[in-house]
Amino acid sequence: MKIAVCVKQVPDATVHKRLDPSTHRLDRSGEGALNPTDLNAVEEALRLRDAHGGEVAILSLGPERAMDSLRKALAMGADRAVLVSDAAAAGSDLVATSHALATALGREEPDLVLFGQQSSDADGAVLWAAVADRLRRPMVSQVAELTIEGGTLTGKRQTEFGYDVISAPLPAVVAVSDAINEPRYPSLKGIMGAKSKPQETVSLADAGIEADRVGEAGSKTTVRAVAPPPAKSDQVKLEDDGSAAEKIVEYLAEKRLI
Amino acid sequence: MDFALTNEQREIQALAREFAESEIAPHAGDWDREHRFPREVFAKLGELGLMGVCVPEELAGAGADFVSYVLVLEELSRADAGVGVTVAVHTSAATLPIVTFGTEEQKQLFVPPLARGEVLGAFALTEPGSGSDAGSLRTTAVREGDGWRISGTKQWCTNGSHASTFVVFARTDPGTEGARGVSAFLLDADHVEVTREEEKLGLHSSSTADLRLDGALVPFDRLLHEERKGFAVAMATLDGGRIGIAAQAVGIAQAALDTASAYAVEREQFGSRIADFQAIRFKLADMATEIAAARQLTLRAAWLKQAGLPHGAEGAMAKLFASRVAVRTSQEAIQVLGGYGYTREFPAERFYRDAKITEIYEGTSEIQRIVIARQLLRGL
Repeated sequence: MKIAVCVKQVPDATVHKRLDPSTHRLDRSGEGALNPTDLNAVEEALRLRDAHGGEVAILSLGPERAMDSLRKALAMGADRAVLVSDAAAAGSDLVATSHALATALGREEPDLVLFGQQSSDADGAVLWAAVADRLRRPMVSQVAELTIEGGTLTGKRQTEFGYDVISAPLPAVVAVSDAINEPRYPSLKGIMGAKSKPQETVSLADAGIEADRVGEAGSKTTVRAVAPPPAKSDQVKLEDDGSAAEKIVEYLAEKRLI
Repeated sequence: MDFALTNEQREIQALAREFAESEIAPHAGDWDREHRFPREVFAKLGELGLMGVCVPEELAGAGADFVSYVLVLEELSRADAGVGVTVAVHTSAATLPIVTFGTEEQKQLFVPPLARGEVLGAFALTEPGSGSDAGSLRTTAVREGDGWRISGTKQWCTNGSHASTFVVFARTDPGTEGARGVSAFLLDADHVEVTREEEKLGLHSSSTADLRLDGALVPFDRLLHEERKGFAVAMATLDGGRIGIAAQAVGIAQAALDTASAYAVEREQFGSRIADFQAIRFKLADMATEIAAARQLTLRAAWLKQAGLPHGAEGAMAKLFASRVAVRTSQEAIQVLGGYGYTREFPAERFYRDAKITEIYEGTSEIQRIVIARQLLRGL
C-alpha cells in the first residue's frame, strides 16, 4: 500500500507568532516544526505500512527550509519526502494550496492520503476536503481510529455527540485527529538514517503545477488588513480569600449567564 | 569559523528536549522529594539511542558525535540533573573507557548492553581516604590462580546500586605508591557489595553508593588496558567526563533561568510585573550571558574532543566556569522568586541543591584550576 502524508511546517510552539504588517503573512523566520497533528498522521501511516507493507511518502508545499521539518517524519520512519518549493507559490491560500497538493498527489497515485486535522498556525481544518474534492476521492475527517481491510477503510469519526463509523473504498483521503495515536519519538538511529533517505525538493514546473494557479495569483482570498486582537475588556481578577467561588457565581449572575 | 550546529546535532538536541520536557521534567519534583531512581526512564532513553549517543554503531551505539552527546546531557539535566548525571556517568565514565581501552572481546561483551541502555554502568575510583588524590587509593588486586583477587572499599559511586558493569580501580603493585601502581578492572554487580546509599544535598533521583569489594575473584581478562596503566584510563575518562558535567551544569543553569523568567513575567508587585523592574531584568540578563558563555566553552571542549585534539585544559575550563555559573544562576533564580524560591513549591531550590555538586565531582573546582594552570605553565 502506498500512503502519502501531507504535512506542513509551522512555527515552533515556543516561537511568538506575529503577522508581518507589510506582507500580511505569518512571519515564518523563527524556528519551525512539523505541525502537531501531522505527527499523528505520520504515526498512523507508519503503523499501517508496518501492518500492510508498502511505503510512506511525505509531501509538503512550503519554503525550502521546510525540509528540516519533513526530515523529522523521515527520522520517525517514513520512506521519502517530497517538498514542492517555489518562490511563485508563496502566499498560497487554501484554494491554491489544495491545487498544488492535488496535482502532486495525482503524480504519486497513493492508495491513501493522510492529513493532520488542522495546522496550528492557520487552523483552517479544510485543506483535506479541498484536496479530496479535487482528486474526486472519498474523504473522512476527524478520525480517531482507522482500519484498512481489503480495499476498504473504516474510520471512527469523532463528533460532538459521539462517534460516526464511516467506511470508504480506497483510494481515499483521511484527516486524523490527535486522539488517534501517540506519535513515536524519532530514535537517534532514525535521525541519523534520515540523512540517506530520498529528500526531493521540486519546483512548481517539476511537479507539473501551473504557476498561475498557486501563490497570490492562484489564491481566491485577499488579506486586506491585519491588526492585533482587541485587548480583552471587562476582566475581573480575583484573589481567592475563600470567597472566590461565591464571587464568580455573583459575576455570572450579574451578566445573566446563569 | 562556524558556530552553527549541524542538522543532525539540532535534531538530536530537539529529540532530547522533547523527551525531557514530556517524560522527565513533569516528574522531576516528585523524584527529588521521594528520592526515587527512575529506572524505567533509562530503558526508554535506551530505546531511543540516548544511552549510547557517542558510542560507535558497531557496538550498538547511536554513532553520533561527542557534541551531540553533550547537547543531550544539557537537555536531560535541564529537566532533571539526577537523570543527567546518571546518563553522563553511564556513558562517559563506564562505556567510553571500555570503547577506548578495551580488548575486542571486552568491547563485544560489555558495550552493546550498555549502549542499548539494557544495563547501567558505573565508575569506582574514589575511596574514603582518596578523593582528589586519586592515586593514593588503597583497594588492592592480587594475582591468585587464574585471576585477580580484589579487595577494598569504594565511595560515592554514581549508579552504584543499579549498575551491572563497574569500571574499578585497584592497586596491583603494592610496592609502587601513587598512581603508577594502579590498574583498571571490569567488574559485574556480583563482584561488588553495595553497603550503603549516600544521603545527599541534591541529585536525589540519582544513586550514589558505597561499595565493598570483599576479595572478589575475577579472571585475567577483566583487566582493562595494561597492568599499572589504570591511572591513564582514569585521567582520560575524567578529561572527557568533565565536559559532560559542564553540560549538566549548563542544563541546570538554563532551567534556573527558565524558571526565573517565567516567574518574573507572571508575578506582579507595586502594580507591575516584576520583569519590568530593572533590578530583575539585569539579573536575568546576567544569567543569560553567563549561561551563553558557559555553553560555548562546553561545546568548544566537546568539539576539540571530537576532533581528536587536546581538550584537557579546555574541558577543565568549561567545567570550572559552568559549575560556577550553575551555582550562581540557581542562587539568583531563588532571589527572583523571593520567598517562593525558598519553598519546595517551586523548583528553584532544587536547582540550587543540584548545582552545588557540579563544583565538586569529576574533579573539584580547585583541581580544575590545577589542570588549567599546569597546561598554561607547561614549557615556561
